[in-house]
Amino acid sequence: MAGFSLRPCGDFRTTYRQDTRIFDTTYIRNAAMLGIFAVAMIPFVLDGYYVNLFIQISYFAIAALGLNILVGFTGQISLGHAAFFGFGAFASAWINNTTGIPVLLSIPLAGLMTAAVGMLFGLPAARIKGLYLAIATLAAQFILEDFFARANWFTGGSNGAAANPVNVFGYEVYDDFSFFYVCLFFLVVMYLLGTNLMRTRDGRAFVAVRDHYLSAEIMGINLTKYRLMSFAISSFYAGIGGALYGHYLGFVSAEGFTILLSIQFLGMIIIGGLGSVKGTLMGTVFMVLLPEVMESGVSALSIFEWANSTAVTDGLAYIKEMAIGLAIILFLIFEPDGLAHRWQQIRAYWKLYPFSY
Amino acid sequence: MNFELLFQLLLNGLIVGTLYGVVAMCFVLIYKSTQIVNFAQGEFLLIGAWVCYAFLVEMSMPFWLGFLFTLLFMMAFGIVLQMVVLRPMIGEPIISVIMVTIGLSIFFQAATKWIFGATTATYPQVFETRSLNVLGMQIETAYIMSFVISLFIMAGFYWFFKYSKLGLAMRATAFDQQVAQSLGISVKTVFAMSWAISALVSGVAGIVIGMVNGVSSALSVIGIKVFPAVILGGLDSIVGAIVGGVIIGLLENTAEFVDGQYLHWGNLFSIAPFYVLIIILCIKPYGLFGTKDIERI
Repeated sequence: MAGFSLRPCGDFRTTYRQDTRIFDTTYIRNAAMLGIFAVAMIPFVLDGYYVNLFIQISYFAIAALGLNILVGFTGQISLGHAAFFGFGAFASAWINNTTGIPVLLSIPLAGLMTAAVGMLFGLPAARIKGLYLAIATLAAQFILEDFFARANWFTGGSNGAAANPVNVFGYEVYDDFSFFYVCLFFLVVMYLLGTNLMRTRDGRAFVAVRDHYLSAEIMGINLTKYRLMSFAISSFYAGIGGALYGHYLGFVSAEGFTILLSIQFLGMIIIGGLGSVKGTLMGTVFMVLLPEVMESGVSALSIFEWANSTAVTDGLAYIKEMAIGLAIILFLIFEPDGLAHRWQQIRAYWKLYPFSY
Repeated sequence: MNFELLFQLLLNGLIVGTLYGVVAMCFVLIYKSTQIVNFAQGEFLLIGAWVCYAFLVEMSMPFWLGFLFTLLFMMAFGIVLQMVVLRPMIGEPIISVIMVTIGLSIFFQAATKWIFGATTATYPQVFETRSLNVLGMQIETAYIMSFVISLFIMAGFYWFFKYSKLGLAMRATAFDQQVAQSLGISVKTVFAMSWAISALVSGVAGIVIGMVNGVSSALSVIGIKVFPAVILGGLDSIVGAIVGGVIIGLLENTAEFVDGQYLHWGNLFSIAPFYVLIIILCIKPYGLFGTKDIERI
């Protein structure tokens, strides 16, 4: 990808084709393939706890990538991503339950439906930007949450909606072990799509809109079109992620998609790095693992007297929430470019070691 | 049509609306002088109310002393927050600034729940009589007090920005930071003081609402309700904040009346301001009194 890269000496790019390659060098490409293969081996090696964590990471990572396309690449702020995520979950369950379309097809259909809703709420973006847009999407979050609680025909109201398990060519995926591969498939496909989007004309237009929207407009980029398109793509990703979430749990309830989840999505892309596809994945891993690590940290500390007190054990949920807020603040103050930047620095350090200057 | 209920609700809306107006004013104060959108405004109310509660109930201080200590605490809190968290954010893109205040908001919300518990607590009784008779209507004393305090705060703001030295310095800084600095105004102090004043006044609003409804994490919802108010009035207008707050308060109660009497949808009053918010943003993004941004390349 673009940015500071570490190519071997003498490896210069001579064509645009080379310049926009997904992987800078063959080594990186092979490493990425090996990485995917290694991840695919997880269910055989590690136990169910890690498989479950990976499934969580994958559906959140898909939705977070959508948010990063909107925020990191196009520069539009959205505080309502969780609502779109939830809409995808309900839409997929609804399509599958009412029309009988197989789940594997209803997931992308739910993505398209969410994209339409995202465009509807992206309409203010045609006129406003920055802070005003943030507030408009905040309103979208509350309006959609209210809609989930109200629309009985669509969401089942306060009872929630049942979502059938994924069915691949007659084989029903009901356990974590097989659902893992469904998630991995969607994760790889969506990330490849996301990376490729940034190599196209439209992707470059997004970046131009982010960097200076007036200049972009003067260059002939239709601002309204690209802002709406960015909202649509972002909601599409959120819808797919949400649909996977819904079919994984088998049950979608209206309570799960609060503003806190929206903030967590924003936290993922900020911790990972705005405008970085790779960073989105890192940020999601960080955000999903943070509560888990804290939990095991607290249980490891239980040899001490104070860690066993009721203040710590009962307040664990609050401590986790505080950690999310604190992580976002600390990253913004000390590492605004996120984990992706830190990763580049670590690589540069070892590449040039011991002569780093 | 039930006129008595409508009138009661409108009166209610006016009183709640002035409180929204006060909080919106604090929000606008921070935005105007430091260009930071404070998503943690609701948490200021929460912290103010809980700290006052701790002083009054757990240390059993008399009301005036606890109130005074709370004011001092909130002032120090605002200054420390600005110095530690917001100062490194100067010059960062808007998304970072928004996210920092959002991060603060989750942090403090969880922290207050952890320290003070998630249940609603009530203040000790301050007034002897629970309700007064005004124009043939029964109104709770706490409501009247909140209305009076709100008006008092607004008058205080007017005086502060019109006549006091610091207030004038703040207005100058909001107008043009570089010019203000070259005239010998310490922009750092102005930034810190605007957070301090905003935290202090929000804290007072939190205590007032806490007296009426009890203290719980629901207080921070006011911080979200402030957005429709400030957008309606214009983000950088103090007068607009008050007008917007009152309109949103009245609107909420009208929505509740229409809902309760005719529609029976339930819960309309809490969502109506957000529909209004979207509509305003589509037709008049800079609100009633806000200044329009003009951008040059």
